[in-house]
Amino acid sequence: MKTGTLDTVLAEIEAKRPILLATDLETGEQRLLRRGDGDTESERIDVERALRVDACITTDAEGAPQVFYQPFNPPLRMILVGAVHIAQPLSAMATLTGYEVTIVDPRESFAAAERFPGVALNLEWPDAALEALSLDQRCVVVTLTHDPKLDDPALQVALRSDAFFIGCLGSKKTHASRLRRLEKAGFSQSELARVKGPVGLPIGARSPAEIAVSVLAQVTETLRKP
Amino acid sequence: MVVGEALVSSPADQVTRWPLLDAGSSMALMPNHSEMEVLVAARDWKLAGCGVALATVVKTWGSSPRPAGSHLAVRDDGFFLGSVSGGCVEGAVVEEALGVMKSGVPKVLEFGVTNERAWEVGLACGGTVRIFVEPLQ
Repeated sequence: MKTGTLDTVLAEIEAKRPILLATDLETGEQRLLRRGDGDTESERIDVERALRVDACITTDAEGAPQVFYQPFNPPLRMILVGAVHIAQPLSAMATLTGYEVTIVDPRESFAAAERFPGVALNLEWPDAALEALSLDQRCVVVTLTHDPKLDDPALQVALRSDAFFIGCLGSKKTHASRLRRLEKAGFSQSELARVKGPVGLPIGARSPAEIAVSVLAQVTETLRKP
Repeated sequence: MVVGEALVSSPADQVTRWPLLDAGSSMALMPNHSEMEVLVAARDWKLAGCGVALATVVKTWGSSPRPAGSHLAVRDDGFFLGSVSGGCVEGAVVEEALGVMKSGVPKVLEFGVTNERAWEVGLACGGTVRIFVEPLQ
């Protein structure tokens, strides 16, 4: 690899712009590609697919040179609505897992920097905050407040986005009433089927850290075994 | 970060600090940010005037511990960071990488359990892994 190529890859990662490295495995020649780039239609499709599923591809067409495509995507993002107790271990574990975490809570006493050192805090009202975050298919939204005033506006924005995971903390009973409220707000059954509630895999979690493990496990399962 | 598995121990003055990236760097937030640390180390070694080679898993068959895209950076004194197999074939890859640094010619390696020396260098898990080794120039 040329040092210049490596420098560009690292700079694009730092700038959070998706980029893809294509390597001819016979000659070692390398090219940097972006979404939409490619010498042929089939290469453009491979580039698009590698970036979308965030996985490497090696072409193996007969007679053609083998090319290895490696995508470098910006980090996955996790938006937590509610700077509550569970958000503390969950934000730390999600950061370790590679997520860029933002905690949204307009209540200043909850969203205090001392409670969340090093985590991005957003004190806007949840719907405004989530609109401004431009959610995409590499985003997770988990509501944690149990308060419809805060959770519902966030969910309405999340449901209109491509976020790959939408989850809500709360009992089965509060989740049922949450779904009824969202249905009244105009969301269809199939749209509401995206919402995971009560969020988390059933591992009998009790403490906030254990609940965070269960939530992160379900997010990982959704990402890796969709 | 598989620093502890270095087959060739690094001199005390070259002990690598962990984490390599400051918490404030957006690269510290990358998915698989340890992969990024390996690339950053490769660049930094090159900048410091060392010979460097990069090994990348390009394809796996069956059960193998590291997915395609995993990196191992090798320095000319044999020190390395990252992993391409979880420790099974790193020793052999480092040897090949030192050769690639000298020749300047990239190489494709394949490891599996099919050859009779599998007990020596291979994947105990029964998979096969193809690894592209290239010099950083």
